[in-house]
Amino acid sequence: MDWQGQKLAEQLMQILLLVFAVVAFTAGYLMGSFQTMIQIYAGGVVLTTLITVPNWPWFNRHPLQWLDPSEAEKHPKPQVQPVSSKKKSAKK
Amino acid sequence: MHSFGYRANALLTFAVTILALMCAIASFSDTFNSPSPSSQIQILNINWFQKQPHGNDEVSLTMNITADLRSLFTWNTKQVFAFVAAEYETPKNSLNQVSLWDAIIPTKEHASFWIQTANKYRFVDQGSNLRGKEFNLTLHWHVMPKTGKMFVDKLVMSGYRLPEEYR
Repeated sequence: MDWQGQKLAEQLMQILLLVFAVVAFTAGYLMGSFQTMIQIYAGGVVLTTLITVPNWPWFNRHPLQWLDPSEAEKHPKPQVQPVSSKKKSAKK
Repeated sequence: MHSFGYRANALLTFAVTILALMCAIASFSDTFNSPSPSSQIQILNINWFQKQPHGNDEVSLTMNITADLRSLFTWNTKQVFAFVAAEYETPKNSLNQVSLWDAIIPTKEHASFWIQTANKYRFVDQGSNLRGKEFNLTLHWHVMPKTGKMFVDKLVMSGYRLPEEYR
């Protein structure tokens, strides 16, 4: 999943859950049935899980453009100078 | 949001948070219900009235209880517990409460009822104060919701009097 896909998944998850909650509460209240509310919301959670949790192709439409390896070799990563570990060598 | 487990965790957390919020609002919606229950109790007979060997008064009576508690039920009500208590004043205590009968009302369909019964629990005074005593019969109820706050209220019916003599 790419960066934009992650953002999309999170927003989709939040919006879907809120919409299902509002629908479930309204339906339950109007029908006077607590069970209806729970059932609609549970269905909504399952559906949201199926939509946003698996790594679907629509979350991978913006792949990262990595540098070409040959281009990367021209700008080598600065090497970290190994800090001389005197204590360790002393112990040895 | 980068991995399967992270997304599943975020979704579950958010879903349960919203569920808690929905339950809170459902409980709050109960406050808009203004119930108007009604009840009548007739005492049909004093079956017996005696002094126990160790000195406490005990009465057995037959009651006719009529009640309509349908207005207590909302969409968030699991059940209603109702009980009838005899309430009276003695020189020692300003309020004595003795539970005589109780019932659990599971649904709105059962909330309008009529029952003729002897007292289910013994009507015993701690002492010998019941002769000629004027007392109230009070219908108490506890509304038990599916989620949230429990409501308690009562209906006082006064003007009952026990006989002057044991029988």
